[in-house]
Amino acid sequence: MELHYLDNGATTRPRPEVVAAMTRALTEGWGNPSSLHRLGVAAEKQVKEARAAVARLIGAPPAQLFFTSGGTEASNLAIKGAARANRRRGQHIITTRVEHSCVLSACQALEDEGFSVTYLPVNAAGEVTADQVAAALRDDTVLVSVMHVNNEVGAVQPVAEIGRLLRDHPALFHIDAVQSAGKLPIDVQKLGVDLLAISAHKLHGPKGVGALYVRQGVKLESLQHGGGQEHGVRPGTENVPGIVGFGAAAEIARQELATAPARMYALKQRILDGLTAAGIRYQINGPAPQSAAPHILNLSFEGIPRGEVLVHALEEHGVYVSTGSACHSRQIKVSHVLAAMGIGDARGLGAIRVSLSAMTTEAEVDSLVAALRQIVPEMQALGFRTR
Amino acid sequence: MERVIIVRYGELGLKGKNRPVFEDALKRGLQQAVRLSGTPARVVKTFGRFFVEPRDEQPLEMEALLPMVQRVFGLVSISPAIRVPATLEQLRTAAATALAEHLAAHRDLPEPIPFRVETHRADKLFPLSSQETNMELGGFLLDREPRLKVNLSAPRLTVHVEIREGKGYLYTEVLPGPGGLPYGSSGRGLLLLSGGIDSPVAGWMMMKRGVRLEAIHFESPPFTSERAREKVIDLCKVLAAWGEPIKLHIISTTEIQKQIRMQAPEDLSITLLRRFMLRISEGVARKAGAGALITGDSLGQVASQTMESIETINAVTAFPVLRPAIALDKAEIIDLAHRVGTYELSILPFEDCCTLFAPRNPRTRPRPEQAAAAEERLPVAELVAQALAADRVLLVGPDQVREWRTDAAPGIRGIYN
Repeated sequence: MELHYLDNGATTRPRPEVVAAMTRALTEGWGNPSSLHRLGVAAEKQVKEARAAVARLIGAPPAQLFFTSGGTEASNLAIKGAARANRRRGQHIITTRVEHSCVLSACQALEDEGFSVTYLPVNAAGEVTADQVAAALRDDTVLVSVMHVNNEVGAVQPVAEIGRLLRDHPALFHIDAVQSAGKLPIDVQKLGVDLLAISAHKLHGPKGVGALYVRQGVKLESLQHGGGQEHGVRPGTENVPGIVGFGAAAEIARQELATAPARMYALKQRILDGLTAAGIRYQINGPAPQSAAPHILNLSFEGIPRGEVLVHALEEHGVYVSTGSACHSRQIKVSHVLAAMGIGDARGLGAIRVSLSAMTTEAEVDSLVAALRQIVPEMQALGFRTR
Repeated sequence: MERVIIVRYGELGLKGKNRPVFEDALKRGLQQAVRLSGTPARVVKTFGRFFVEPRDEQPLEMEALLPMVQRVFGLVSISPAIRVPATLEQLRTAAATALAEHLAAHRDLPEPIPFRVETHRADKLFPLSSQETNMELGGFLLDREPRLKVNLSAPRLTVHVEIREGKGYLYTEVLPGPGGLPYGSSGRGLLLLSGGIDSPVAGWMMMKRGVRLEAIHFESPPFTSERAREKVIDLCKVLAAWGEPIKLHIISTTEIQKQIRMQAPEDLSITLLRRFMLRISEGVARKAGAGALITGDSLGQVASQTMESIETINAVTAFPVLRPAIALDKAEIIDLAHRVGTYELSILPFEDCCTLFAPRNPRTRPRPEQAAAAEERLPVAELVAQALAADRVLLVGPDQVREWRTDAAPGIRGIYN
């Protein structure tokens, strides 16, 4: 059975170059980068090269990039690390209602520590405005955390504007860029951001490794303590194979940034055109496709009461998508993102998320459309009431 | 001196001809338990009882063995024992060891400890009578262990002594077995297995009465997920660990559910679906040589389990349908599920989109005639035949699963050797 993988928001297929680089790191360059002898030096060199490649992807100086175990750890380190290091200055945090659960959970944990958090509401497309952030800013605000691209509906937040706004405020600015790295251009200097989190497995790299950009001069309280690697920001023997894979993936992602986004927008439109041509009516959950991130499309169809049923039905055709976001699939209520956008059960429970990548082909999206052409009318004929 | 396990069985009224069948099945059950324990041992049959003994002179690993042996259906009780040649000297040594071990393991006994020695002497060559042995050993133990005090009527510690065929057996514990009949000695049954709490318990109850279990599970992709199927396979693994590997039939009812939804009254949909399930199960059971179907029905819990529902659903077959949980309360079923080891699995909440087909107001007292009338618009025989034709069979062992080819030779034993 063929594999038409359109769930790239959940994870992506590792590129052959990535696998090759990691295999080399496992079979040949397996020394400990901290060792004094040449095996250590060789490993350290690999980490250095990977760091440079990842840093180039986001326009950062390599010295300000720290590897972690993934996007979740990077954002946790940023949020908790910054808040705790600055709690004497203030204990107020601003974020949005549509952040990824790692950001929301980290903020909730800080609330338990005595911080107060403002969760900004979003419009029907899932977007916040810089004005909202300005209105919520207080003298005691120490951190603002806004994601670049929302993973469920693809809404792009005005992070550059927020960065400009915060230039004149001491609060630190954190961006969860896990879904935007490799899809939208990122330049941390231009964005004026203090902390930026990214993840390897969302850009055809391996799982288990991510990175946090920390602007020079920003102090963080570390989450873990150890032997001083990564300048003490995130100690622990480096995950060399993962980091090497991340570097290889980041290098390719950077090169593809010139052409991949346009390709993905075109494929997204191809899907919608295909559905329209087949007479399948749909509703888009999120911003207009060309205003959203290039790779994410969240759709609801009439008469489909549960997204999970569509996921399995599509699976039978070799097409893979997700419902809500990968983290929410087990719950029987609308995801917090859709709920914040005002989308109720009737429309939200049946939603599916299609997410493309730089590797997606026309044939794959055509398979999606062909499968939906068959499945949706069949399911609609069964007359389920969407509650 | 060696360690053995005495295994006692005996169903009242076991008639002469049935006895060998019973005993062979019980021996297989014990051998299976030994295998599952992962330790070496031998199962030996002698007059009226079994022994689990060392094999190749490797001592028994009681900690691994006892829990598995204690689960074997058909056993009344077991006792880990010390076996010695039947001389007084050896009996004394063994008794002293048995006593010391018991006291070390049971620190909550009141002091002075009321105790007695109880001897059964079946070997006429042994010089002392049972009573004399009691007194000899009793006195010997009292001398060694000052905490003991003889109490013939209400002992808290009994040192049992059995002397037969030149051997002496010393033990202090009689551990209860599950009772029931040996696995497979009562024939074959097909269990309708959902992922809920009740059906695995019903299956276990019939296993306990000696029924060799096969199972059938109905799924409706894409409305049910692979996770739901994995859950059912895991439940089968737990049941298989009480007996032998279980053949699991997986049947798709997607087409049937769709047709019922399109052509039949909504409030009868559950009733009609269950009638189809019963017809299909009968087909599978006959082909598998099973003599009965087994369900987890308990009276009155949900709409399909009222007496009228049961009558209407059962009306499609004359095949025996066993419902061992019919008279159990939910709390009793849950207790059993804990004992069997299926409770934690059963309550895992993998969303079953089958609920999409459920009627808002299911008919609780449907009549057979109403169901039959609704079915007139459905190609019943065809739907049943289609479902049977796509029967997928897995062989599920305690820790392994594999596809079962229906043309494989019968009598292929387990997946261990």
